[in-house]
Amino acid sequence: MWQGDYLYLIENLILKDFRVRYRNMSLGMLWSLVNPLVMMGVLTFVFTRVFSNNAIPHYPVFVLCGMIPFNFFSIAWTSGTTSIIDNAGLVKRVPVPREIVPITTVLANCVHLLVQIALLLLLVFYFYGSNRQWIWLPLVWGLEVVFVSGLALLSSAVNVYIRDTRYIVESANTVLFWLVPIIYDSAIVPQKYSGFYEINPLAALVLTLRRILLQAEGPDGPTHTLWKFAGVSVAVFVFGLLFFHRMKPRFYEHI
Amino acid sequence: MNISDERPAILFHGVWKSFARHAGQMLIRDRLKQLLKPHAHDLFHALRDVTFSIHPGESVAVIGHNGAGKSTLLNLTTNLCRPDRGSIAVNGRVAALLELGSGFHPDLTGAENVCINAALLGFSRRQVRAKFDEIVSFAELAEVINEPLRTYSTGMMMRLAFSVAVSVNPDILIIDEVLGVGDLSFQAKCLERIRQFRLAGKTMLCVSHSNETLRELCDQAIWLDHGHLVEYGPIARVVEAYKHAVSLQAACSSS
Repeated sequence: MWQGDYLYLIENLILKDFRVRYRNMSLGMLWSLVNPLVMMGVLTFVFTRVFSNNAIPHYPVFVLCGMIPFNFFSIAWTSGTTSIIDNAGLVKRVPVPREIVPITTVLANCVHLLVQIALLLLLVFYFYGSNRQWIWLPLVWGLEVVFVSGLALLSSAVNVYIRDTRYIVESANTVLFWLVPIIYDSAIVPQKYSGFYEINPLAALVLTLRRILLQAEGPDGPTHTLWKFAGVSVAVFVFGLLFFHRMKPRFYEHI
Repeated sequence: MNISDERPAILFHGVWKSFARHAGQMLIRDRLKQLLKPHAHDLFHALRDVTFSIHPGESVAVIGHNGAGKSTLLNLTTNLCRPDRGSIAVNGRVAALLELGSGFHPDLTGAENVCINAALLGFSRRQVRAKFDEIVSFAELAEVINEPLRTYSTGMMMRLAFSVAVSVNPDILIIDEVLGVGDLSFQAKCLERIRQFRLAGKTMLCVSHSNETLRELCDQAIWLDHGHLVEYGPIARVVEAYKHAVSLQAACSSS
Protein backbone atom coordinates (compact mmCIF):
# COMPACT_ATOMS: atom_id res chain seq x y z
CA MET A 1 0.00 0.00 0.00
CA TRP A 2 1.18 3.49 -0.85
CA GLN A 3 1.16 5.63 2.27
CA GLY A 4 1.85 9.25 1.66
CA ASP A 5 0.59 12.77 1.42
CA TYR A 6 -2.11 12.76 -1.30
CA LEU A 7 -2.58 16.52 -1.40
CA TYR A 8 1.13 17.24 -1.66
CA LEU A 9 1.45 14.69 -4.46
CA ILE A 10 -1.52 16.10 -6.39
CA GLU A 11 -0.17 19.63 -5.96
CA ASN A 12 3.23 18.58 -7.27
CA LEU A 13 1.79 16.77 -10.28
CA ILE A 14 -0.37 19.77 -11.21
CA LEU A 15 2.59 22.12 -10.85
CA LYS A 16 4.66 19.78 -12.99
CA ASP A 17 2.13 19.81 -15.80
CA PHE A 18 1.77 23.57 -15.55
CA ARG A 19 5.50 24.28 -15.57
CA VAL A 20 6.24 21.86 -18.38
CA ARG A 21 3.58 23.47 -20.52
CA TYR A 22 4.52 27.09 -19.94
CA ARG A 23 8.24 27.17 -19.37
CA ASN A 24 9.04 27.10 -23.08
CA MET A 25 6.46 29.68 -24.13
CA SER A 26 7.32 33.34 -24.19
CA LEU A 27 3.70 34.40 -23.80
CA GLY A 28 3.10 31.97 -20.95
CA MET A 29 -0.40 32.15 -19.53
CA LEU A 30 -1.57 34.45 -22.32
CA TRP A 31 -1.78 31.40 -24.57
CA SER A 32 -4.76 30.26 -22.51
CA LEU A 33 -6.53 33.42 -23.69
CA VAL A 34 -5.45 33.43 -27.31
CA ASN A 35 -7.34 30.30 -28.32
CA PRO A 36 -10.78 31.29 -26.95
CA LEU A 37 -10.37 34.86 -28.24
CA VAL A 38 -9.52 33.69 -31.74
CA MET A 39 -12.43 31.24 -31.76
CA MET A 40 -14.72 33.94 -30.42
CA GLY A 41 -13.64 36.28 -33.22
CA VAL A 42 -14.13 33.72 -35.97
CA LEU A 43 -17.49 32.50 -34.72
CA THR A 44 -18.71 36.06 -34.25
CA PHE A 45 -17.69 36.91 -37.81
CA VAL A 46 -19.46 33.86 -39.23
CA PHE A 47 -22.64 34.16 -37.21
CA THR A 48 -23.14 37.91 -37.33
CA ARG A 49 -21.66 38.84 -40.75
CA VAL A 50 -21.87 35.72 -42.93
CA PHE A 51 -25.20 34.59 -41.51
CA SER A 52 -26.69 37.84 -40.38
CA ASN A 53 -28.30 37.48 -37.01
CA ASN A 54 -29.64 40.15 -34.74
CA ALA A 55 -31.60 38.00 -32.32
CA ILE A 56 -28.73 37.54 -29.86
CA PRO A 57 -27.27 40.67 -28.27
CA HIS A 58 -23.53 40.82 -27.59
CA TYR A 59 -22.89 37.68 -29.60
CA PRO A 60 -19.15 37.44 -28.69
CA VAL A 61 -19.98 37.20 -24.97
CA PHE A 62 -22.82 34.79 -25.69
CA VAL A 63 -20.55 32.45 -27.65
CA LEU A 64 -17.73 32.65 -25.10
CA CYS A 65 -20.20 31.65 -22.39
CA GLY A 66 -20.69 28.33 -24.18
CA MET A 67 -17.17 27.85 -25.50
CA ILE A 68 -15.22 28.18 -22.28
CA PRO A 69 -17.04 25.39 -20.41
CA PHE A 70 -17.04 23.27 -23.58
CA ASN A 71 -13.32 23.71 -24.30
CA PHE A 72 -12.43 22.75 -20.77
CA PHE A 73 -14.73 19.73 -20.96
CA SER A 74 -13.30 18.54 -24.24
CA ILE A 75 -9.59 19.07 -23.45
CA ALA A 76 -9.82 17.70 -19.91
CA TRP A 77 -11.77 14.63 -21.01
CA THR A 78 -9.44 13.85 -23.93
CA SER A 79 -6.23 14.29 -21.95
CA GLY A 80 -7.78 12.42 -19.01
CA THR A 81 -8.61 9.49 -21.30
CA THR A 82 -5.00 8.98 -22.37
CA SER A 83 -3.53 9.88 -18.97
CA ILE A 84 -2.85 6.32 -17.77
CA ILE A 85 -1.05 5.41 -21.00
CA ASP A 86 0.79 8.75 -21.13
CA ASN A 87 2.05 8.19 -17.59
CA ALA A 88 2.92 4.53 -18.12
CA GLY A 89 6.35 5.12 -16.55
CA LEU A 90 4.68 6.20 -13.36
CA VAL A 91 1.97 3.56 -13.30
CA LYS A 92 4.43 0.71 -13.92
CA ARG A 93 7.09 1.85 -11.47
CA VAL A 94 5.49 3.63 -8.56
CA PRO A 95 2.70 2.13 -6.46
CA VAL A 96 0.79 5.42 -6.10
CA PRO A 97 -3.00 5.09 -6.15
CA ARG A 98 -3.85 5.08 -9.85
CA GLU A 99 -6.93 7.27 -9.45
CA ILE A 100 -4.54 10.18 -8.90
CA VAL A 101 -3.38 10.07 -12.53
CA PRO A 102 -6.62 10.91 -14.42
CA ILE A 103 -7.85 13.21 -11.65
CA THR A 104 -4.68 15.34 -11.61
CA THR A 105 -4.76 15.50 -15.40
CA VAL A 106 -8.23 17.01 -15.21
CA LEU A 107 -7.25 19.33 -12.36
CA ALA A 108 -4.16 20.53 -14.25
CA ASN A 109 -6.48 21.82 -16.96
CA CYS A 110 -8.37 23.85 -14.35
CA VAL A 111 -5.49 26.33 -14.33
CA HIS A 112 -6.39 27.35 -17.90
CA LEU A 113 -10.05 27.25 -17.04
CA LEU A 114 -9.51 29.79 -14.25
CA VAL A 115 -7.74 32.19 -16.58
CA GLN A 116 -10.53 31.84 -19.14
CA ILE A 117 -13.23 32.32 -16.52
CA ALA A 118 -11.53 35.56 -15.50
CA LEU A 119 -11.69 36.73 -19.12
CA LEU A 120 -15.35 35.75 -19.38
CA LEU A 121 -16.34 37.49 -16.16
CA LEU A 122 -14.52 40.62 -17.24
CA LEU A 123 -16.44 40.75 -20.52
CA VAL A 124 -19.77 39.94 -18.87
CA PHE A 125 -19.14 42.61 -16.28
CA TYR A 126 -18.39 45.16 -19.00
CA PHE A 127 -21.52 44.41 -21.08
CA TYR A 128 -24.03 43.23 -18.48
CA GLY A 129 -22.68 44.18 -15.05
CA SER A 130 -22.57 41.78 -12.11
CA ASN A 131 -25.53 40.36 -10.22
CA ARG A 132 -25.97 38.45 -7.00
CA GLN A 133 -26.61 35.14 -8.76
CA TRP A 134 -22.84 35.05 -9.37
CA ILE A 135 -22.46 33.34 -5.99
CA TRP A 136 -23.68 30.16 -7.73
CA LEU A 137 -20.77 30.20 -10.20
CA PRO A 138 -18.23 28.31 -8.03
CA LEU A 139 -20.77 25.51 -7.55
CA VAL A 140 -21.54 25.31 -11.28
CA TRP A 141 -17.88 25.21 -12.33
CA GLY A 142 -17.08 22.81 -9.49
CA LEU A 143 -19.78 20.44 -10.73
CA GLU A 144 -18.28 20.55 -14.20
CA VAL A 145 -14.90 19.48 -12.78
CA VAL A 146 -16.58 16.62 -10.90
CA PHE A 147 -18.44 15.57 -14.03
CA VAL A 148 -15.32 15.56 -16.24
CA SER A 149 -13.28 13.75 -13.58
CA GLY A 150 -15.89 11.00 -13.49
CA LEU A 151 -15.86 10.65 -17.28
CA ALA A 152 -12.03 10.69 -17.31
CA LEU A 153 -11.88 7.91 -14.71
CA LEU A 154 -14.22 5.81 -16.83
CA SER A 155 -12.61 6.39 -20.20
CA SER A 156 -8.99 6.22 -18.98
CA ALA A 157 -9.65 2.77 -17.51
CA VAL A 158 -11.29 1.57 -20.72
CA ASN A 159 -8.47 3.10 -22.79
CA VAL A 160 -5.91 0.82 -21.09
CA TYR A 161 -7.70 -2.24 -22.46
CA ILE A 162 -9.00 -0.81 -25.73
CA ARG A 163 -6.70 1.82 -27.21
CA ASP A 164 -9.30 3.03 -29.71
CA THR A 165 -11.16 4.67 -26.85
CA ARG A 166 -9.35 7.97 -27.31
CA TYR A 167 -10.54 8.25 -30.90
CA ILE A 168 -14.10 7.58 -29.82
CA VAL A 169 -13.77 10.31 -27.20
CA GLU A 170 -12.33 12.74 -29.75
CA SER A 171 -15.18 12.07 -32.18
CA ALA A 172 -17.73 12.42 -29.40
CA ASN A 173 -16.29 15.85 -28.64
CA THR A 174 -16.60 16.97 -32.25
CA VAL A 175 -20.23 15.88 -32.32
CA LEU A 176 -20.95 17.50 -28.98
CA PHE A 177 -19.64 20.88 -30.14
CA TRP A 178 -22.66 21.08 -32.46
CA LEU A 179 -25.18 19.41 -30.17
CA VAL A 180 -24.50 21.71 -27.24
CA PRO A 181 -26.01 25.19 -27.65
CA ILE A 182 -22.66 26.99 -27.93
CA ILE A 183 -23.05 28.96 -31.15
CA TYR A 184 -26.84 29.09 -31.10
CA ASP A 185 -29.55 29.72 -28.55
CA SER A 186 -31.30 26.58 -27.32
CA ALA A 187 -34.60 28.49 -27.64
CA ILE A 188 -34.47 28.07 -31.44
CA VAL A 189 -34.34 24.26 -31.19
CA PRO A 190 -37.63 22.80 -32.55
CA GLN A 191 -39.89 21.27 -29.93
CA LYS A 192 -39.49 17.69 -31.19
CA TYR A 193 -35.72 17.74 -30.53
CA SER A 194 -35.78 19.60 -27.24
CA GLY A 195 -35.94 16.34 -25.31
CA PHE A 196 -32.36 15.65 -26.26
CA TYR A 197 -31.25 18.99 -24.88
CA GLU A 198 -33.06 18.24 -21.64
CA ILE A 199 -30.98 15.13 -20.99
CA ASN A 200 -27.64 16.49 -22.27
CA PRO A 201 -25.59 17.42 -19.17
CA LEU A 202 -23.32 19.78 -21.10
CA ALA A 203 -26.33 21.66 -22.51
CA ALA A 204 -27.62 21.98 -18.95
CA LEU A 205 -24.28 23.43 -17.90
CA VAL A 206 -24.20 26.03 -20.67
CA LEU A 207 -27.85 26.98 -20.07
CA THR A 208 -27.24 27.44 -16.37
CA LEU A 209 -24.19 29.62 -16.96
CA ARG A 210 -26.04 31.81 -19.43
CA ARG A 211 -29.00 32.14 -17.12
CA ILE A 212 -26.73 33.36 -14.32
CA LEU A 213 -24.38 35.55 -16.34
CA LEU A 214 -26.50 36.98 -19.14
CA GLN A 215 -30.04 36.91 -17.76
CA ALA A 216 -29.23 37.51 -14.09
CA GLU A 217 -31.70 34.78 -13.16
CA GLY A 218 -31.44 32.07 -10.52
CA PRO A 219 -29.43 29.04 -11.68
CA ASP A 220 -32.17 26.49 -11.47
CA GLY A 221 -34.94 27.77 -13.72
CA PRO A 222 -38.30 26.07 -14.35
CA THR A 223 -36.76 22.77 -15.49
CA HIS A 224 -34.39 22.35 -12.51
CA THR A 225 -31.39 22.06 -14.82
CA LEU A 226 -28.83 22.78 -12.10
CA TRP A 227 -30.03 20.08 -9.73
CA LYS A 228 -30.29 17.57 -12.55
CA PHE A 229 -26.73 18.45 -13.59
CA ALA A 230 -25.56 18.11 -9.98
CA GLY A 231 -27.17 14.69 -9.70
CA VAL A 232 -25.68 13.48 -12.98
CA SER A 233 -22.20 14.82 -12.10
CA VAL A 234 -22.04 13.11 -8.73
CA ALA A 235 -23.49 9.88 -10.16
CA VAL A 236 -20.96 9.83 -13.02
CA PHE A 237 -18.10 10.52 -10.61
CA VAL A 238 -19.10 7.74 -8.19
CA PHE A 239 -19.66 5.28 -11.02
CA GLY A 240 -16.31 6.30 -12.57
CA LEU A 241 -14.48 5.70 -9.29
CA LEU A 242 -16.09 2.28 -8.76
CA PHE A 243 -15.42 1.23 -12.35
CA PHE A 244 -11.80 2.43 -12.19
CA HIS A 245 -11.34 0.56 -8.93
CA ARG A 246 -12.57 -2.65 -10.56
CA MET A 247 -10.28 -2.26 -13.58
CA LYS A 248 -7.05 -1.03 -12.03
CA PRO A 249 -5.56 -4.28 -10.66
CA ARG A 250 -4.76 -5.42 -14.19
CA PHE A 251 -3.46 -2.12 -15.59
CA TYR A 252 0.11 -3.27 -15.02
CA GLU A 253 -0.21 -6.18 -17.44
CA HIS A 254 -1.84 -4.12 -20.18
CA ILE A 255 0.37 -1.04 -20.37
CA MET B 1 8.10 -5.66 21.89
CA ASN B 2 8.67 -5.59 18.18
CA ILE B 3 5.86 -7.51 16.52
CA SER B 4 7.50 -7.58 13.12
CA ASP B 5 10.36 -9.66 14.54
CA GLU B 6 7.96 -12.58 14.84
CA ARG B 7 6.37 -12.18 11.44
CA PRO B 8 8.37 -12.54 8.24
CA ALA B 9 9.08 -9.25 6.47
CA ILE B 10 8.19 -10.76 3.09
CA LEU B 11 6.26 -13.96 2.59
CA PHE B 12 5.46 -15.58 -0.77
CA HIS B 13 3.24 -18.65 -0.68
CA GLY B 14 2.69 -20.66 -3.86
CA VAL B 15 2.85 -17.55 -6.05
CA TRP B 16 2.11 -17.85 -9.77
CA LYS B 17 2.25 -14.94 -12.15
CA SER B 18 1.72 -14.97 -15.89
CA PHE B 19 1.47 -12.33 -18.57
CA ALA B 20 -0.47 -12.58 -21.81
CA ARG B 21 1.73 -12.06 -24.85
CA HIS B 22 -0.40 -9.48 -26.55
CA ALA B 23 1.99 -7.06 -28.17
CA GLY B 24 -0.12 -4.66 -30.19
CA GLN B 25 -3.37 -6.47 -29.44
CA MET B 26 -5.09 -3.58 -27.78
CA LEU B 27 -7.61 -2.54 -30.40
CA ILE B 28 -11.33 -3.24 -30.63
CA ARG B 29 -10.68 -5.75 -33.41
CA ASP B 30 -8.45 -7.84 -31.14
CA ARG B 31 -10.90 -7.67 -28.25
CA LEU B 32 -13.70 -8.96 -30.50
CA LYS B 33 -11.47 -11.81 -31.65
CA GLN B 34 -10.78 -12.71 -28.04
CA LEU B 35 -14.48 -12.74 -27.30
CA LEU B 36 -15.07 -15.16 -30.16
CA LYS B 37 -12.06 -17.35 -29.35
CA PRO B 38 -11.51 -16.92 -25.62
CA HIS B 39 -8.85 -19.63 -25.33
CA ALA B 40 -6.47 -18.17 -27.86
CA HIS B 41 -4.42 -16.53 -25.10
CA ASP B 42 -0.71 -17.11 -25.25
CA LEU B 43 0.58 -16.97 -21.69
CA PHE B 44 4.08 -16.37 -20.48
CA HIS B 45 4.69 -17.68 -16.96
CA ALA B 46 6.99 -15.30 -15.14
CA LEU B 47 6.75 -17.05 -11.76
CA ARG B 48 5.68 -20.64 -11.11
CA ASP B 49 4.73 -21.75 -7.62
CA VAL B 50 7.28 -19.63 -5.76
CA THR B 51 7.35 -19.96 -1.96
CA PHE B 52 9.81 -18.34 0.43
CA SER B 53 9.92 -16.15 3.51
CA ILE B 54 12.37 -13.42 4.42
CA HIS B 55 12.80 -12.43 8.05
CA PRO B 56 13.23 -8.85 9.20
CA GLY B 57 16.86 -7.76 9.01
CA GLU B 58 17.85 -10.26 6.31
CA SER B 59 19.25 -9.07 3.03
CA VAL B 60 18.48 -11.29 0.11
CA ALA B 61 19.83 -11.29 -3.44
CA VAL B 62 17.70 -12.50 -6.35
CA ILE B 63 19.76 -14.09 -9.11
CA GLY B 64 18.98 -15.80 -12.39
CA HIS B 65 19.17 -15.37 -16.16
CA ASN B 66 17.38 -12.57 -18.02
CA GLY B 67 13.64 -13.23 -18.00
CA ALA B 68 13.86 -15.62 -15.05
CA GLY B 69 11.26 -13.60 -13.14
CA LYS B 70 13.49 -11.45 -10.93
CA SER B 71 11.83 -8.13 -11.73
CA THR B 72 8.37 -9.68 -11.54
CA LEU B 73 9.22 -10.88 -8.04
CA LEU B 74 10.29 -7.37 -7.01
CA ASN B 75 7.23 -5.76 -8.60
CA LEU B 76 4.93 -8.18 -6.80
CA THR B 77 6.62 -7.29 -3.52
CA THR B 78 6.05 -3.57 -4.09
CA ASN B 79 2.40 -4.30 -4.98
CA LEU B 80 2.64 -2.94 -8.52
CA CYS B 81 0.82 -6.03 -9.72
CA ARG B 82 -1.01 -8.95 -8.12
CA PRO B 83 -0.32 -12.68 -8.31
CA ASP B 84 -2.58 -14.98 -10.34
CA ARG B 85 -2.52 -17.57 -7.59
CA GLY B 86 -0.95 -17.80 -4.16
CA SER B 87 -0.53 -15.11 -1.54
CA ILE B 88 2.00 -12.42 -0.69
CA ALA B 89 2.37 -10.74 2.69
CA VAL B 90 4.67 -7.75 3.25
CA ASN B 91 5.09 -6.30 6.72
CA GLY B 92 6.60 -2.85 6.93
CA ARG B 93 7.05 0.19 4.74
CA VAL B 94 8.57 -0.65 1.37
CA ALA B 95 10.73 1.67 -0.71
CA ALA B 96 11.87 0.56 -4.11
CA LEU B 97 14.84 1.82 -6.05
CA LEU B 98 13.24 0.53 -9.23
CA GLU B 99 14.20 2.35 -12.39
CA LEU B 100 15.48 5.49 -10.77
CA GLY B 101 13.94 8.77 -11.75
CA SER B 102 10.80 7.37 -13.37
CA GLY B 103 8.96 10.57 -12.51
CA PHE B 104 11.69 12.91 -13.76
CA HIS B 105 11.02 15.51 -16.43
CA PRO B 106 13.90 17.05 -18.43
CA ASP B 107 12.40 20.56 -18.65
CA LEU B 108 12.07 20.99 -14.89
CA THR B 109 14.91 21.96 -12.59
CA GLY B 110 16.70 19.51 -10.35
CA ALA B 111 14.97 21.00 -7.31
CA GLU B 112 11.49 20.66 -8.85
CA ASN B 113 12.19 17.09 -9.83
CA VAL B 114 13.33 16.30 -6.29
CA CYS B 115 9.98 17.54 -4.95
CA ILE B 116 7.93 15.52 -7.46
CA ASN B 117 9.92 12.36 -6.93
CA ALA B 118 9.78 12.72 -3.16
CA ALA B 119 6.01 13.26 -3.30
CA LEU B 120 5.67 10.10 -5.41
CA LEU B 121 7.61 8.19 -2.78
CA GLY B 122 5.11 9.39 -0.18
CA PHE B 123 6.84 12.43 1.38
CA SER B 124 4.84 15.30 2.84
CA ARG B 125 5.78 18.92 2.32
CA ARG B 126 7.39 19.08 5.77
CA GLN B 127 9.48 15.98 5.15
CA VAL B 128 10.71 17.35 1.83
CA ARG B 129 11.70 20.63 3.47
CA ALA B 130 13.55 18.80 6.22
CA LYS B 131 15.42 16.49 3.87
CA PHE B 132 15.96 18.70 0.82
CA ASP B 133 19.45 19.93 1.70
CA GLU B 134 20.55 16.45 2.72
CA ILE B 135 19.33 15.03 -0.60
CA VAL B 136 21.11 17.68 -2.67
CA SER B 137 24.37 17.48 -0.77
CA PHE B 138 24.38 13.67 -0.92
CA ALA B 139 24.00 13.93 -4.69
CA GLU B 140 26.80 16.57 -4.75
CA LEU B 141 24.68 18.77 -7.03
CA ALA B 142 24.23 21.90 -4.93
CA GLU B 143 25.60 24.27 -7.62
CA VAL B 144 23.35 23.03 -10.45
CA ILE B 145 20.19 22.15 -8.54
CA ASN B 146 18.26 25.06 -10.09
CA GLU B 147 19.25 24.20 -13.65
CA PRO B 148 16.89 22.20 -15.92
CA LEU B 149 17.45 18.48 -15.73
CA ARG B 150 18.20 18.22 -19.46
CA THR B 151 21.51 20.02 -18.83
CA TYR B 152 22.61 17.19 -16.48
CA SER B 153 24.72 14.25 -17.53
CA THR B 154 23.18 10.78 -17.13
CA GLY B 155 25.38 10.16 -14.12
CA MET B 156 24.26 13.37 -12.43
CA MET B 157 20.61 12.51 -13.02
CA MET B 158 21.06 9.06 -11.54
CA ARG B 159 22.86 10.49 -8.53
CA LEU B 160 19.93 12.80 -7.86
CA ALA B 161 17.38 9.99 -8.21
CA PHE B 162 19.37 7.73 -5.93
CA SER B 163 19.70 10.43 -3.29
CA VAL B 164 15.93 10.99 -3.21
CA ALA B 165 15.23 7.27 -3.03
CA VAL B 166 17.61 6.53 -0.15
CA SER B 167 16.30 9.48 1.85
CA VAL B 168 13.09 7.50 2.43
CA ASN B 169 13.48 5.59 5.65
CA PRO B 170 11.84 2.28 4.73
CA ASP B 171 11.64 -0.98 6.66
CA ILE B 172 12.17 -2.90 3.45
CA LEU B 173 14.44 -1.63 0.69
CA ILE B 174 14.13 -3.04 -2.80
CA ILE B 175 17.00 -2.48 -5.20
CA ASP B 176 16.79 -3.36 -8.89
CA GLU B 177 20.03 -3.04 -10.85
CA VAL B 178 20.75 0.47 -9.74
CA LEU B 179 24.09 0.02 -8.06
CA GLY B 180 26.07 0.98 -11.14
CA VAL B 181 25.11 4.60 -10.59
CA GLY B 182 27.53 7.47 -11.11
CA ASP B 183 31.31 7.40 -10.94
CA LEU B 184 33.40 5.19 -8.67
CA SER B 185 33.41 7.53 -5.69
CA PHE B 186 29.64 7.95 -5.84
CA GLN B 187 29.18 4.18 -6.14
CA ALA B 188 31.24 3.74 -3.00
CA LYS B 189 28.99 6.26 -1.27
CA CYS B 190 25.86 4.40 -2.38
CA LEU B 191 27.22 1.09 -1.16
CA GLU B 192 28.10 2.74 2.15
CA ARG B 193 24.53 4.05 2.51
CA ILE B 194 23.12 0.62 1.78
CA ARG B 195 25.46 -0.95 4.32
CA GLN B 196 24.10 1.49 6.89
CA PHE B 197 20.59 0.28 6.07
CA ARG B 198 21.70 -3.23 6.79
CA LEU B 199 23.37 -2.30 10.06
CA ALA B 200 20.17 -0.54 11.10
CA GLY B 201 18.42 -3.92 10.81
CA LYS B 202 16.42 -3.18 7.66
CA THR B 203 15.31 -5.89 5.29
CA MET B 204 16.71 -5.78 1.75
CA LEU B 205 15.87 -7.43 -1.54
CA CYS B 206 18.42 -6.88 -4.35
CA VAL B 207 18.72 -7.70 -8.01
CA SER B 208 22.09 -7.20 -9.68
CA HIS B 209 24.20 -8.97 -12.24
CA SER B 210 27.33 -8.12 -10.33
CA ASN B 211 28.02 -11.09 -8.06
CA GLU B 212 30.66 -9.21 -6.09
CA THR B 213 28.27 -6.42 -5.15
CA LEU B 214 25.65 -8.94 -4.14
CA ARG B 215 28.05 -10.93 -2.01
CA GLU B 216 29.09 -7.77 -0.28
CA LEU B 217 25.53 -6.60 0.45
CA CYS B 218 23.52 -9.77 0.96
CA ASP B 219 23.70 -12.84 3.15
CA GLN B 220 21.00 -14.94 1.47
CA ALA B 221 20.13 -15.55 -2.16
CA ILE B 222 17.15 -16.74 -4.18
CA TRP B 223 17.94 -18.39 -7.52
CA LEU B 224 15.19 -18.23 -10.12
CA ASP B 225 15.18 -20.19 -13.37
CA HIS B 226 12.30 -19.77 -15.85
CA GLY B 227 10.05 -18.73 -13.00
CA HIS B 228 10.90 -21.65 -10.73
CA LEU B 229 12.62 -21.11 -7.42
CA VAL B 230 15.64 -23.40 -7.72
CA GLU B 231 17.40 -22.65 -4.48
CA TYR B 232 17.17 -20.36 -1.48
CA GLY B 233 19.97 -20.26 1.07
CA PRO B 234 23.29 -18.66 2.06
CA ILE B 235 24.56 -16.51 -0.74
CA ALA B 236 27.97 -18.17 -1.24
CA ARG B 237 26.38 -21.59 -1.80
CA VAL B 238 23.58 -20.38 -4.09
CA VAL B 239 25.89 -18.23 -6.25
CA GLU B 240 28.30 -21.16 -6.64
CA ALA B 241 25.49 -23.48 -7.68
CA TYR B 242 24.18 -20.86 -10.13
CA LYS B 243 27.62 -20.29 -11.66
CA HIS B 244 28.10 -24.05 -11.97
CA ALA B 245 24.79 -24.39 -13.78
CA VAL B 246 25.61 -21.52 -16.13
CA SER B 247 29.04 -22.90 -17.04
CA LEU B 248 27.53 -26.36 -17.55
CA GLN B 249 24.93 -24.90 -19.86
CA ALA B 250 27.59 -22.98 -21.78
CA ALA B 251 29.65 -26.16 -22.14
CA CYS B 252 26.61 -28.08 -23.44
CA SER B 253 25.65 -25.46 -25.99
CA SER B 254 29.20 -25.05 -27.31
CA SER B 255 29.85 -28.78 -27.74
